[in-house]
Amino acid sequence: MIHYIYADQLENFPVLADSMFKDRAYQFKDRHNWDVTVNENGHEIDQYDAMNPLYVIWQNEDGTHGGSIRIMPTVGQIMTNDYFSHLTDGVKISSPVIWECTRFCLAPGAGPNVAAALLAAGLELGIRFGLDQAIGVIYTRTHAIYRRIGWVPEIIGTDGDDREAISIGVWDISTEARDELCRKSGISADDMAYWFDASFNANFNDESLAAA
Amino acid sequence: MPQDILEDLLERLQITKSIEELQVWTHELRDYFDVAHVVYHTVNREGEHVGAFTYGLEWARRYVEKEYVKIDPVVIGAARRFTPMDWKSLDWSNPKARAFAKDAAKAGIGNQGWSVPIFGPNGEFALFALNDNASDDEWNEFTQSRGKDILVVSHLVHQQAMRIINEETVGSPLDLSPREKDALTQLSLGQSRAAVANELNISENTLRAYIDSARHKLGAANVTHAVALATARGIIGRQKEFPKY
Repeated sequence: MIHYIYADQLENFPVLADSMFKDRAYQFKDRHNWDVTVNENGHEIDQYDAMNPLYVIWQNEDGTHGGSIRIMPTVGQIMTNDYFSHLTDGVKISSPVIWECTRFCLAPGAGPNVAAALLAAGLELGIRFGLDQAIGVIYTRTHAIYRRIGWVPEIIGTDGDDREAISIGVWDISTEARDELCRKSGISADDMAYWFDASFNANFNDESLAAA
Repeated sequence: MPQDILEDLLERLQITKSIEELQVWTHELRDYFDVAHVVYHTVNREGEHVGAFTYGLEWARRYVEKEYVKIDPVVIGAARRFTPMDWKSLDWSNPKARAFAKDAAKAGIGNQGWSVPIFGPNGEFALFALNDNASDDEWNEFTQSRGKDILVVSHLVHQQAMRIINEETVGSPLDLSPREKDALTQLSLGQSRAAVANELNISENTLRAYIDSARHKLGAANVTHAVALATARGIIGRQKEFPKY
């Protein structure tokens, strides 16, 4: 299932958080050899994790991390503007209706359905809160995942020309895209809406469960 | 919704020179959104609360007197959050919070609300909210159909409040990059977005991200408005005024 969790709420999900940061270490450090920091707990954590971002996380049935993305508003400090403005023609992307998506990570063995569910959940978030677009820091190799699930970002700019290249991409937020990704992930739009409410509604209790 | 009315409204926002004028302006915004109340709240460099709102002064005084800021779920729920909040999704279970809600209702505060927490570029924090009397379904329909406008407007109100608080001259926008100026210039010449994207050799979605960033930095309601403001401030040329003979 999907959870939307702010960094300062992660302590309520110790198993999920621990496995997410370990999966990030495996994906970004071990597999792709990015210049990232892995701490003594085996967690890949950067400066943006300390700014209380929002994580969209797929939780496996055993409670561990299946995949995740990290969301931050572009009106604040973001990775794209701090490190990649040479890929956006020098334009500092900053708008309340554009949010940034980084650290797209899949646990080893997670299928394309998990990737589709995560991105559908990201779209659900954007639709509910009135957003227009998402920008993201994309590893060129993960581009294949987007292609497989049929939601390919438009590339704004790319650093490097080999398989290690990094791009900034932009997606449109639309209900059509969400519905299509829900279909690809095998998750109903109702479940997606339900998980959103379960995360953002403090009064979402057994009563609402019974009603759903 | 008529965008030109919003444009006019935001033009008038940009000429407000004091928090008192901003307060008067929030009444116009309230009428535009056709809701019961609009409220904007931040803290200045001296740590003093600064607000512009349509609530009665009596309620504002009572709020301060009773120190409701310490128990108001709308304020507490916004701490360290950047996602907008539907008031009914907040935690009202605390008896003090419930008593506060009752007191607010007596003062004419509506039963529904939608807040936007705002973190500014200089680490400042503000809250913008719309409040109304409506059923859950009506409110849901309203926030879903107007969510984007509310986000855009809330940040423009914050930008203006910051200009007033910091005594900056009105209309000094964040710097636009040459690329944003190029995009606005091409649009000012009446070119379609597709043509501009083609000219700049970028995709249409990329162009959208660029011009919406420029729009936000200029404090404009929409792209047309952004072009007009950039022209008026001399950020882009006035090509249109020179007839081509």
